[in-house]
Parts: sequence; structure tokens; C-alpha cells
Amino acid sequence: MATDISTAAPASEARQARRRRLPPELSILAVMIGMMLLFEVLGWMFVGQSFIANPLRLRIMILQEAEIGIIAVGVTQVIIMGGIDLSSGSVVGMTAMVAASLAQVAGYTHAVYPSLTGLNPIFPVAAGLVCGSVAGLINGSLIALTKIPPFIATLGMMVSARGVADWYTNGQPIGNLSDSFAAIGAGWWPVIIFLGVAFIFHIALRYTRYGKFTYAIGANPLAARVSGINVERHVILVYMVAGLLSGLSGIVHTARAISGQAGVGVGFELDAIAAAVIGGTSLSGGVGRMTGTVIGAVILGILTSGFTFLNVDAHYQEIIKGGVIVAAVVADQYRQRRRKGV
Amino acid sequence: MAIISPSTAEIVRQSGAVPGAEYLLEVSNVRKAFPGVLALDDVSFRLKRGHVHALMGENGAGKSTLMKIIAGIYTPDSGSFKLKGQEIKLTSPLDALQYGIAMIHQELNLMDYMTVAENIWIRREPLNALGFVRHEEMRRRTRELFQRLDIPLDPETEVRDLSVANRQMVEIAKAVSYDSDILIMDEPTSALTDREVEHLFRIIRALKAQGTGIIYITHKMNELFEIADEVSVFRDGRFIGEYKAADVSRDEIIKLMVGREITQMFPKEVAPIGGVALSVRDLCLEGRFHGVSFDLRKGEILGVAGLVGSGRSNVAETLFGVTPATSGAILIDGKESAITNPGVAMDAGMAFLTEDRKASGCFLLLDIMANMQIALLRHGHATAGFVNERKIEALCQQQKNRLRVRTPDLEEPIINLSGGNQQKVLIARWLLTRPRILILDEPTRGIDVGAKAEIHKLITELAVQGVAVFMISSELPEVLGMSDRILVMHEGRMTGIVDRKDATQVRIMELASQ
Repeated sequence: MATDISTAAPASEARQARRRRLPPELSILAVMIGMMLLFEVLGWMFVGQSFIANPLRLRIMILQEAEIGIIAVGVTQVIIMGGIDLSSGSVVGMTAMVAASLAQVAGYTHAVYPSLTGLNPIFPVAAGLVCGSVAGLINGSLIALTKIPPFIATLGMMVSARGVADWYTNGQPIGNLSDSFAAIGAGWWPVIIFLGVAFIFHIALRYTRYGKFTYAIGANPLAARVSGINVERHVILVYMVAGLLSGLSGIVHTARAISGQAGVGVGFELDAIAAAVIGGTSLSGGVGRMTGTVIGAVILGILTSGFTFLNVDAHYQEIIKGGVIVAAVVADQYRQRRRKGV
Repeated sequence: MAIISPSTAEIVRQSGAVPGAEYLLEVSNVRKAFPGVLALDDVSFRLKRGHVHALMGENGAGKSTLMKIIAGIYTPDSGSFKLKGQEIKLTSPLDALQYGIAMIHQELNLMDYMTVAENIWIRREPLNALGFVRHEEMRRRTRELFQRLDIPLDPETEVRDLSVANRQMVEIAKAVSYDSDILIMDEPTSALTDREVEHLFRIIRALKAQGTGIIYITHKMNELFEIADEVSVFRDGRFIGEYKAADVSRDEIIKLMVGREITQMFPKEVAPIGGVALSVRDLCLEGRFHGVSFDLRKGEILGVAGLVGSGRSNVAETLFGVTPATSGAILIDGKESAITNPGVAMDAGMAFLTEDRKASGCFLLLDIMANMQIALLRHGHATAGFVNERKIEALCQQQKNRLRVRTPDLEEPIINLSGGNQQKVLIARWLLTRPRILILDEPTRGIDVGAKAEIHKLITELAVQGVAVFMISSELPEVLGMSDRILVMHEGRMTGIVDRKDATQVRIMELASQ
């Protein structure tokens, strides 16, 4: 028998194997910590106070990214599967209206549904989740059954769902929401919900058939089909999950704002995609991890609150944020090329 | 010695005042390491003007790596590189082209949605004064090139409408169009039928006469003796030796390649033939094939021969439900089943190794484990959706050892494996599902002799265990050596089924071209 190549260079191979087993999120985690330290130093230089040692700021930083983060959990799965979801922001707006309309305080006479006030918060939550899932179902069915590109299908949903949100009350905001509903968005709840769904889908992606099929379809849909995977059904399922999570984000947002507004969530889809991509999810599919997305969302949060803390003009903030997103992808590509040894 | 620039080399080349070095190319003491693998260890290689120099070696022996270094795709870690006696240093494939080195890749690198002409002249389009592409001129040049090479294709066809074999011919034409001094061919015949191979050899002989040096990688022994002048043998990243093709025998080369003797190429064992496992009646896929009927028994190997494009692969895809039949019946164990998608076929005990590893086989971004287990996941191995990782890993490890997949571990991305090892992973994927009917489409395409013999042995073993095998192959010796009966196809219809005892190359070719 010919000598096995693995015996050719055992020492270097073991070293390589060890390096390969380091989770790829480590580098992005290092970026996150580096960024926090940078803001810490800049804080002492220009503002005269600490960036990190301020629990209130940290909480606001995480809170404002929790809604984006919940969406990003769904969007990450869609992107791993080789798709894209542009409709999340509009679905947030649509579910915000639907959920709010069923969450108004008992006896409020100007309610959207005067006979449906003072309901248990379970009802608005359920309605919001169903609403998001239906949007996802439509996205997924269009993509799986008519084979139109996901970009187009979800672009259509982006426009239509925003239309539904505006049409629902003719653009009027929905106020007077019950305290029990508002409690969902109070305190640390949004963060707990975000980390909860991230954990659930982290496990689902890594250890279940659902996850393995998602990666397989993203890596090679044809081979997935030949391997006996019902590709159409799985695509619909994953878009439904993404829609459901957008709906959840809409509910959290409405509860936090204690009001339903048709215009909320504009641009959320892009922030969510950015969080996934910064976290190492490849837009060409087949590659990505939930832990990366969580770190990606936190990085976006650090940027926003860091710049606010340093009193940087909002316009500059956006300019720099764009640069960071691109830099993250460039760094990731470079790292992957090096790993392949080319 | 001073390193000359590509432009200087180009000028010298065009002037015809080519330095009279004996060797077109001399590569010495090249070393190249990849993460986890020392791909080339102190390798040397020389190419003479107007000669065909074949490279032989098992998968992972380092042939492809060496070729990629010569074509400027990889940069060697150390070693010297002399082109016509001049020391040069290649930094990119473009660089190599400018020095007069062109390569035909093992994987097709054409752009599907562009025409044949656009593909051939990409980056070298004839332009007018305003910088617009002169399409008429481009078509004319393509027609001229095709005429010279005797390729009957329309320059205006989009590449996606071509068969794999014709795409390969376009690749060959493209490489020839560079009028390079050195042409590298990495398994150019793996997608070609015998007739097209003959055509390619005519082209090669014409190029030889013009003084072009050709580096030819192949796994097919008969090609080697037909076309090559010299042979260099590689094993495990090391250079074993250079021989004159006329002076060595087939067995000697095999021995040099694998470092051991392969006693039997087609270890056909007589398997007990059981009852009918799969029965096909008048199967038809509109526009692809029609009137296909046969019985496949347990323990039987039914070989399928025919030219590329005769509908062989379509039959396999229809049997497995990838493209469900438009009419006809498929009976499994005597019961008619509507095979509407691959899931149904798998539940009926079928497995399907596809023809195109890259397009419909591998998940190139994923690791070996993920690639191996994917079909198995349909058959349980999950509790409440959670995959039983440990059990599956043990099963995969078992298959890895059984098929001798060369890899440090199962977490290696499959893209880092050689073609033969990728194929073994895909075979393992299907063996894990314990199929009763195995459909194989070109199971040994692009695979070295050692791995090939192993796969043949495995197929025979499976047949002895009672698996019914439907095996498509473009290699006649393989079909003849392995099959109990041979089904022959021509232009979408079945032209006959020949028994093993009556089967000869001539008889099969007659039926295949009838």
C-alpha cells in the first residue's frame, strides 16, 4: 500500500488541525473587544469618562440591537440556505400594527377593535407571530414554487407588507396599549428574547436535521435534491421561520415603544443582513454560524452607542458604519483564502 | 541569470528567434506545502519541444499541483523554473499565458451564459477604434479556429446549451487559440467518448508537428501508449522517474504509480443472481429518451454503454426521480411505484451516484462528515430532529476506513480532497443508506488506477451481497469487465441488451452508433 499522505508531515499537520478547530468566530470576537477598548481609550481622551464601566450605556447598547438581532437570527438561516430576505423591516411594521390593534387597554372607546380590548397579551403576540409567518410562507412559496430569485420575491413582500401596515389604520398610530403587553418590551426582556432565539437556532443549526439540510441546500441545492432532501418544503420552512422572527421583533418593538406605528422597522432588514455578514455568514450560502451573528449584532450596537458617546455627528456614524461592514467582509474573505492555502 | 519579463519573452517568441534550448521547460526541486499536506516534495520535470509528456500518478500524487504551478495558479515554496533555458518566475495564470503556457483544466471553466466565441476570446476580444467588440471578427476567428481543429460547432451557441463533451472541445479550442508553446491538458478525455478522443489525438498530433510541447495528465493507460512520448511518474508528492513511453509496459507503470502490484483490474466475481429487483417498462422522458425497458436482478450488474448525449444519464436521473418519467412504469420488487422525487426512490431502496461530482454531488463548502451523512439523515438517525452525531460519526469513520479516503480527519472541507477521494466520500454517502438498487453514473471518472480497482472491487462485493447495480460508463473496458449484461443506448433509445458472453467492444460500438 502506498504511504498515507497524513504521515508525510505529522507535526505540521497536527498544528494545522489544531488551528482549524479554533472556532472562526474568535477573530470577530477579537474585533468586538478591540472596538470596545478603542472606544474606552477615546472616551478617556475626549470625553473624560469610561465607555465600558457604565451599565446604563451597555444596556441601551444591547437593547437597541436586540430587535435587529432577533431578525438577524432568521436572516442568517435564510442566507446560509443561499437566499436573502429584504422584507423583514416591513414585516416588523406590519406586525407592529396587527399586534398593537389587539393589545389596547380594556374599555378604550377609540380602539381599532372596540370589542377586542383588554385581551390577554397572548392574543396580540400570537396574531403578530402568525402575521410574520404568513409573510414568510408567501416569500418561501414564491421562491420554492415559482423559482423566482429570493431578492425579487422578498423585495415584493417588502413593498406590500409596508403597504398593509399603512393601510391597516390609514397610517394612524395605535396607542393606549395595555401594561401587560408593554411588559414584553420592558427591562431586559428584549435582550433575553434575542439571546433565547439565538440559542435555540444555534442548536437547531448545529445539531438537528433542520440545520444540516439548511447548510446542504445553501452549499449545493442540486446535490441536496439528489440526496433526497425535499428542497422546496425546506425553503418554505426556513423563510417561514425568518418571517416568524421578524414578527417577534415587531412585537418586541411595539411593546417597547408602547405604541404601534406603520413606519417602524425601515432599514431593519439591512442592519440584520449586516449583522449576519459581519458575523461571517457568506452571502453565497452554505457558510455561517449563529454565534457570529450575535457578535455581529453587538458590534453594530457598539458602533452606534460608541459614536453617540463620543458625540460624533449622526451622518458620520452612518458613513463609518458602512465602511465597517465592508471591511468585515473583506477581512473574512482574506482569511478564507488563506485557509485554503491559495 | 536575469529574469526576463513576459513582454520580452513574447517579443522573442513572435520573432521566431527562439533560443535553442533542448528543453522547453525545466522545473527542478520544486516544493509546495498546503495546510496539512506536503503536496510536492523536491519534484523535477522536463518537457521537450514537440513532445507529449504524460504525467501519471494516483490521486493526490501531486500531478495537478505541479501543473497548477507550471500554469502560474500556485506559487511554489521553493525550486527553480526555467523556460527555454531562461530562469523565470510566474506570479499568475495570466503571466503564464504571456510566457506561452496554456492549460486545459480538469474542471470546465466556461461561462454558461456567453457564446462559444465570447468564451474563447475573452480578454482578447478584437476591438474597433472606439473600444467596442467587433463581434463579426470574433465569429470569423472562431470559425477559422474550428475549421483548423475540425470542430463542428456554431460560434454563436451559448455554452449552457452544449453537452459536456462539446464544452470540453471548446476548452481545448480555447487553449489552442493562444498558440502557446506549452499546452497543459489535465485529463482532457474524462468527459469524451472514444470518437471524440480520436479527434483530440488528431489535434494533439498536429500541435506536436508545430513544435508545441504538451503535458498530458491522464488515468487511462491506453491513451498513454497511444499519444505520449515520455512518461513521468509521481507518487505521494514525490517524483519517481521519467521513462520513454516506448520502453515501459503498462504493468510497470502501474507498479511505479502505486508502489505495489495490482493483480486484477476487473475483479468480476460470479454473484448469485436473485429475483427481479427493478423492472422498467417502456420508460419515457419527453424529448430525452423513450422505449426503455429492462429487468435488473438482485446481484446483477447491468452495464450501460452509449455515447455521451445518448440519454444514458437521463435514464438514471428518471429512475431516481430527479426528472420524473413522462410515461412508462417502474416496478420495484414487482410493485409499480411512482418515483416522483429522489426521496421516494431512496425510500424504495435506491441510491444514485451522479455523473458530475462538482455540480450535483459534493457540497464543496462543507466538511467530509456533512457530505457523507446527508443522505443517511433521511433514514432516521435523529431523535426529535436532533441528529445522533456520535453514532453517525462512527458510521462515517467506518466508511472512511473501508474506502480508504485519504484525509487527516472527517472535519476537513471536502474541497481540499483530490477528485478520487471526493468520489469515495460520495460513494460512502450512498453505502451508508444500505441501498438494494445502486445506480452509478460514471463511478470511476477521473480516478486513478489504484482507487479505480478498489471501487470496482467494491461494486463486485456489493453485487455478491445481492445489490442490484445499474452502472453507466463511457469506458468500454470497464463496462465489459464488470457487467453481467450490457444495455446500449443511441440517441435516446435502447438499441439492445447484450449478454456478458456475447459482449465485445465491436458489438457494443455497433449498437451505440446504429
